[in-house]
Amino acid sequence: MLEIKNLHVKLEDEDKQILKGVDLTVPAGEVHAIMGPNGSGKSTLSYVLSGRDGYEVTEGEASLEGESLLEMEPEERAAAGLFLAFQYPVEIPGVGNMTFLRTAVNAQRKARGEEELSSAEFLKLIREKARTLKIDAEMLKRPVNVGFSGGEKKRNEILQMAMLEPRMCILDETDSGLDVDAMRLVAEGVNALRSPDRAFLVITHYQRLLDHIRPDVVHIMADGRIVRTGGPELALQVEQHGYGDLLAEVG
Amino acid sequence: MADTAVLAAQVPAVEGKARPGDTALAARLDALDLPRGGFTRPAREDAAQRLQAMGLPGARDEYWRYTDPAAFNAARPQPVDLAADTSTLFTGIDRLNIVFVDGRFDAAASDALEAEGVEIESLAAAEARADHWAAGLYGRLEAAGQVPVKRPFATLNTLAAAEGVLIRVTGKLDRPVHITYRRSAADADVHLHHVVKLEEGAELTLLETGSIGARSNVVIEADLGQGARFHHISAKRANDPKLGLGHIFARVAAEALFKSFTLTVNGLMMRNEAVIDIAGDDAVAHIAAAVLGDGDIGRFHHDDTVFITHAAERCESRQVFKKVLKNGAEGVFQGKILVKPGAQKTDGYQISQGLLLDEGSQFLAKPELEIYADDVKCSHGSTTGALDETALFYLRSRGVPKERAIVLLVLSFLADALDEIEDQRLRDDILGRLEDWLTARAGNPGKAGSGGA
Repeated sequence: MLEIKNLHVKLEDEDKQILKGVDLTVPAGEVHAIMGPNGSGKSTLSYVLSGRDGYEVTEGEASLEGESLLEMEPEERAAAGLFLAFQYPVEIPGVGNMTFLRTAVNAQRKARGEEELSSAEFLKLIREKARTLKIDAEMLKRPVNVGFSGGEKKRNEILQMAMLEPRMCILDETDSGLDVDAMRLVAEGVNALRSPDRAFLVITHYQRLLDHIRPDVVHIMADGRIVRTGGPELALQVEQHGYGDLLAEVG
Repeated sequence: MADTAVLAAQVPAVEGKARPGDTALAARLDALDLPRGGFTRPAREDAAQRLQAMGLPGARDEYWRYTDPAAFNAARPQPVDLAADTSTLFTGIDRLNIVFVDGRFDAAASDALEAEGVEIESLAAAEARADHWAAGLYGRLEAAGQVPVKRPFATLNTLAAAEGVLIRVTGKLDRPVHITYRRSAADADVHLHHVVKLEEGAELTLLETGSIGARSNVVIEADLGQGARFHHISAKRANDPKLGLGHIFARVAAEALFKSFTLTVNGLMMRNEAVIDIAGDDAVAHIAAAVLGDGDIGRFHHDDTVFITHAAERCESRQVFKKVLKNGAEGVFQGKILVKPGAQKTDGYQISQGLLLDEGSQFLAKPELEIYADDVKCSHGSTTGALDETALFYLRSRGVPKERAIVLLVLSFLADALDEIEDQRLRDDILGRLEDWLTARAGNPGKAGSGGA
């Protein structure tokens, strides 16, 4: 599904190399977690994959189901099936959540040459998805993320994911700022979306999210590279001993 | 043909040394066909004297520091082509239509000027009546609004406007009065003077749309009685290469509500002044504007100059001004809140924001607070910035194409101003026009090539 080869990335405005040769393959149907200390390049990886400005790829490539991602505009990547759940979802006053989602869903459908959803079809779909995430109608009417609590914002991200039905989902520290109950709700939303033709890349500092979203593979990232790859036990090891020991082992 | 009797009134004021600008004023007046006036005659004579005393504004005038008055000082406007009239604003709403063509009342195109609880007349038709209710108002609020800042073009309007609408409301008008301006002449230089009087508890919504002239000077005097409610929405024709001056003078009595919203979608050179006197306790006055300026049809310059006086207790005022500027467009905001001694528990708020879509555009803001009461709440804020890159990326990452994302973010920026329109049908109509205009232009880089990534 997602294939990253020798990816080198620097900041556009500064001579600062952030990713220094990332190799990563996430097959369809799997959930991969990326853990790592602050500043290791986890969030940068998610931004570069989804096409945010401000980064320059100096070497390497990234593709989604064989299609090269790096030359695409962010909206083209979205239409190709990529989704990034933001660590800090953005507030957009004056734009209704519902309007925003309908615009996004139909823009993607249009870009893929599919028929756009009618108002009625869209309403039916969103009500159904919102219910499972315990998002009430009031929250759908409010402006995008404005006045939402941390938990509501993250649930809203998962609702968008459920509506857009991406094939490759990247979750950037979705657990940050969530209490235990909110985290469970978000994890349930993610788990409900797990399927043989969809893959997840879960970026997190902590192991606790991975108790709820069980990963197939865990990667440890440090200083712009994947330095260790293993099973779920790797996350437990981080939880118990911190990154220090692990990184020392790698050298 | 100039009216000699009115002009004669100017003579005493120009005795003695000639000042710079006197020639310009003389030429300005000479180019106008000054009306004799009927019941407004004393007000016109008074205006002639006042205008002679104050002269036309110059670039050195503090109040004209950010806007060059030259185009308004010129004796005649440059002829300009008419923008295509695609406006369908408010047409789906039941309303009382009043049509002006090149500044002249068009009775055939207008509805019958009759409705329960209201008297409506054209100014020219009413002039002949003696003891008119508007006699005590025409030019009066304008004259009162000349302190502490001179507004010569409003005075010129009182002197020169042959037409306008006089509306006196005693009841609650169930449908809006809609003034539609049409233009047929390329060089129409139009003065219109509207007088609105709302008696105690009366309600009126006044709408203005269309294209007034190549150059226009419109004054609205609005006198709100106790508990009256006045909603004013102005949305002139988009992309009209016009020079426009507007003044609204309002006196707001106790418990009355005044709300004015102006939409400007492109144009050339515009200045709107609002002078609002909150005279009675527990009154509310809101004034808002949404401005979209694109320099693609010529240098865009839009000035909002507001002066709100709190002279009573427990009153609320709110100024919300938002300007989206592109292709070298200039936006100006001069907004003042004056809280007089004794105007305790005043709640004054003012926000002015510029959204610059390229580096060649600019937004100039001069917020002012002057407070002489000790128990008041007054706040003001002003910001100038570019589109929020994070928000833009957020929308695009959800699959919303860049052009569409920019439209959504511009609407988001304007939302607070649009929210000042209470009537949802009117707000939806305005929003629809904005969205259509923005969408039609989305991705159009314009002259400065600002649409690139």
